[in-house]
Amino acid sequence: MTWEVVIGLEIHAQLTTKTKIFSGSSISYGAEPNTQANLLDLGMPGQLPVLNKAVIPKAIKLGLAIGAEIGRRSVFDRKNYFYPDLPKGYQTSQFSFPIVDKGGVVEIEVEGETKKIGVTRAHLEEDAGKSIHDAFPGQTGVDLNRAGTPLLEIVSEPDMRSAKEAVAYAKKMHELVQYLGICDGNMQEGSFRVDSNVSIHKPGTPFGTRAELKNINSFKFIEQAIELEIERQIEVLESGGQVVQETRLYDADKNETRSMREKEEANDYRYFPCPDLLPVVITEEDIEAVRAEMPEMPDAKRKRYVADFNLSDYDAAFLTGSRAMAEYFEAVVAKTNEAKVSANWVMGELSKSLNQNGLDVADSPVSADMLAGLIERIQDNTISGKIAKQVFDAMLSGEGSADEIVENKGLKQITDSSAIEALVDDVLANNTAQVEAYKGGQEKMFGFFVGQVMKASQGQANPAQVNQILKDKLK
Amino acid sequence: MSLEKSEVDTISRLAAISVDATEVDQLTAKISNVLDLFQRMEAVDTTNVEPMSHPLDQVQRLREDVVTETDHHKQYQKLAPAAEKGMYLVPQVID
Repeated sequence: MTWEVVIGLEIHAQLTTKTKIFSGSSISYGAEPNTQANLLDLGMPGQLPVLNKAVIPKAIKLGLAIGAEIGRRSVFDRKNYFYPDLPKGYQTSQFSFPIVDKGGVVEIEVEGETKKIGVTRAHLEEDAGKSIHDAFPGQTGVDLNRAGTPLLEIVSEPDMRSAKEAVAYAKKMHELVQYLGICDGNMQEGSFRVDSNVSIHKPGTPFGTRAELKNINSFKFIEQAIELEIERQIEVLESGGQVVQETRLYDADKNETRSMREKEEANDYRYFPCPDLLPVVITEEDIEAVRAEMPEMPDAKRKRYVADFNLSDYDAAFLTGSRAMAEYFEAVVAKTNEAKVSANWVMGELSKSLNQNGLDVADSPVSADMLAGLIERIQDNTISGKIAKQVFDAMLSGEGSADEIVENKGLKQITDSSAIEALVDDVLANNTAQVEAYKGGQEKMFGFFVGQVMKASQGQANPAQVNQILKDKLK
Repeated sequence: MSLEKSEVDTISRLAAISVDATEVDQLTAKISNVLDLFQRMEAVDTTNVEPMSHPLDQVQRLREDVVTETDHHKQYQKLAPAAEKGMYLVPQVID
């Protein structure tokens, strides 16, 4: 009998607020050490936490998006541990009464199969500071800027059975929090962190002991780390050993996981309700107010693109890949009324140029309005598709709108039949040998003539007209 | 319910409180007494009692998401046993 893999994920999503969860310090990224750490973050006696109003609707949004129960009375608890990255000696978190309660479900797709993954809960908590181990000989440097940053910890059921499923779920959640606008999803800066609990067992027997893989900052590495951990556990068990409950670190350079420290038993954290914070009561009105602000979710968007815009599943998935991308595309379509042509431009030239320049669609030098302006000029025959690419490149380098560029560079398509006729006559007169050959039966010569006329017009002649006039003249 | 001395060691380690070897016997007895009290309370039927974590019938007051704190790390670091390059320095916590 083969081993069955069991994976559950804990995802820490940093909420997009301006200030910390319990104090008015800024949480902007990259500040000088400890310039954003106030007396509360330092754990000074006499300081009292006051909850940031902005975190509540953000947590409710996630709850509504995954169909979970919202905790009507949620309570903050102290999770006790001593480590210099949280000088209070505890992390303020939620234990028994989380803000997002049971019932959440997320649908993933792996290799054509859809599967439902349960979400156990999601709770609000504060982040810890950063310890710097290598800068001071024999000492550890502590930067508490990050301490107190608001996090939503999203805990899944142990429903995943492979590294691929785990990554599909993590990606789905990553997409979701960004669509909801509650987290910027930046994995490099640690705004979205994934911890994986991995164990193996024989089907029909109790779950095995799990190891936790922590703080891996790319989906690719998450998949590799889980694969390695599964292999390691199989080796340990098949050689008669036992898996130890522990935290393991993934080393991308060596492509291995290694033990970090033995995880303290859950009850060692000695959770108890934080006496400094009163329960948070969420009313029906609070929930309805959030519901009214919910954006369209990616799955619904995908279905709508296929149904209303007649796009393929592939196109719909690409265009809804991020909320910024979907908003861009919808803004283009709103102006052009041509979904397929707009989709081709967004997925083609635009995405290619963004990738080349390492830009996000939100920072595109060509705005949705500008791209729509370009597409409109193709549709009304002002320019050809080929010239349009030239205009697009000019827009990229900041030369103005499509109309301005077409005007300034004289790129307007030639649709005047007599002008095209003159070009055709010139080409035929200068290539008598080819004309003879064509008339002698070499029909593929036709393409040569088209090419010559287009070249003579610097790409600006209307190709359909060139074809027609050539056909007439070569009869 | 009586505790083992080893359990008292574990608790003191988790709480980061150093306990003198001479105090261990006395502490073990004291904590065991507290646990006995809890055990007696467990006999009470609490089926219809709502758990009470907060004695006040009030809810949490909230704060606007506005930066109100300014940088005073230089003053704060004067109080610290050691600070360098803006960091608080502590004994090495990892090998």
